[in-house]
Amino acid sequence: MSAPAYTADEIMTVTAARQLVNGAVCFVGIGLPSAACNLARMTHAPELVLIYESGTVGTRPKVLPLSIGDGELAETATCVVPLPEIFAHYLQRGRVDVGFLGAAQIDRFGNLNSTVIGDYARPSVRLPGAGGAPEIATYAREVLIIMKQTPRSFAPRLDFRTSCGYLEGSGARAASGSPGAGPRAVITDFGVLRPHPRTEELELVALYPGISVDAARAATGWPLKIAAHVEWLPAPEAAELAVLRELEVATREAHARPIRITLRN
Amino acid sequence: MQLLPLNEAIATHVQDGDSVALEGFTHLIPFAAGHEIIRLRRRKLHLIRMTPDLIYDQLIGMGCAARLTFSWGGNPGVGSLHRLRDAVERQWPQPLALSEFTHAELALAYQAGASGMSCGLMPYHADTDLARLPGSKLRTVRCPFTERLLTAVPAINPDVTILHAQQIDAEGNVLIRGIIGAAKEAALAARRVLVTVEEQVERLNADLNAVVLPAWLITAASVVPGGAYPSYAQGYYPRDNRFYLAWDAIARDRTAFTAWMERHVLGVRDHAALLRALGVAA
Repeated sequence: MSAPAYTADEIMTVTAARQLVNGAVCFVGIGLPSAACNLARMTHAPELVLIYESGTVGTRPKVLPLSIGDGELAETATCVVPLPEIFAHYLQRGRVDVGFLGAAQIDRFGNLNSTVIGDYARPSVRLPGAGGAPEIATYAREVLIIMKQTPRSFAPRLDFRTSCGYLEGSGARAASGSPGAGPRAVITDFGVLRPHPRTEELELVALYPGISVDAARAATGWPLKIAAHVEWLPAPEAAELAVLRELEVATREAHARPIRITLRN
Repeated sequence: MQLLPLNEAIATHVQDGDSVALEGFTHLIPFAAGHEIIRLRRRKLHLIRMTPDLIYDQLIGMGCAARLTFSWGGNPGVGSLHRLRDAVERQWPQPLALSEFTHAELALAYQAGASGMSCGLMPYHADTDLARLPGSKLRTVRCPFTERLLTAVPAINPDVTILHAQQIDAEGNVLIRGIIGAAKEAALAARRVLVTVEEQVERLNADLNAVVLPAWLITAASVVPGGAYPSYAQGYYPRDNRFYLAWDAIARDRTAFTAWMERHVLGVRDHAALLRALGVAA
């Protein structure tokens, strides 16, 4: 078999983009989620509404932002609202269809840790923390998670629960009164996991070309459940890869541009 | 409102042990003011900021902070704030107590502080470990009308809030344009408000619904062109993403960090000198 003509990041981004329906309102995070949302907007979903937590609503960036609040996001937005408003009036009020999340650790019920590895008081790794993730996990009508799959990141037990997925599963989330439906899919560098309809435990439902079930199992820190029928996900199309790569070249150029400031006073 | 040179504004209004919020969400981060706090060697500050960003990495690494209240402490799109991590993981250069919230909670805490409320309310759903942290000040209460569970977040009222903005007019009114974060709420919650601005103009050509802080709400203001660099000021200069990427290697190592700060912050007179030394301004 010849070497794949795409990277792991590329097939993850393309797979995530394909989950997005035209017209959906997406709460976007930095990195792969931002690439996936803009790829979808530039290909099959031109009317996707992108909201970044910096308060930029309906933004259409030409290059990917490095931070959640680059000027490019404000300049190309329908409107820019204050931060208390984006969280209260848009997210908490239930106006977001899809929220994207990543984390350092995920458990079998899609709960996430982005706070610490190790003990909270004496952590071995202090991670950035919650940010907007707990509220995105709670209020977005559905959540898509993008993370690389390793036995450490797909952990039998979280060191810290920052954001809620399905809690302990089997309806625990719905019973807690969380308005959103929870993680609909976890897109990894092996394939896609989805919650079992009854137990809500994540199970492997699809694989990328050339990836085996055993490889996905070996990259999971708990005994991974496998769906009765595991689908093969299609490889990225040439047109998708072309748009994504062009976007990334433009982004790298923009981020490397030197800044000049005029001292007027 | 007093128009003061920046070093005088900080020397007069930021004291050891103060709670200080330098706000601005990615945009308009008051770097020049933060550097002046470092030059004045202020100590035991309680730093408050939704996203600590590089400026708090620098203040923490230079030993200015005893406590940090925050909601997301990373270098956006790059990785860790290494000085923040070193303080939390290895207590260098000194221990740092943390009070952490979510973005929505911290925004609400500023709003409550700005409104003279003792707390802000939001719907309660499933518990996370954040609510169970020792010293967590989140509480649940019942709505008196619907019996729904609500989370109460205590108000934040900083001793000083410091913002960077685009313009100040002849009367001392300040215009903020672009991504605003919780800057307005943080300012209105504070006991004292310091502002740095890109330029002074005769009149603000502000739209009726623009974000304008009236002069009488501001304790002191300073004209500091480029005062948000390496963050940005919409309409003046973009974010220096190259600098944010390069900071990762500088901050990773204690010696490299200290040398950089001594040369570029302690070793220069003011922000204009720093911008010239970095080749950003002529």
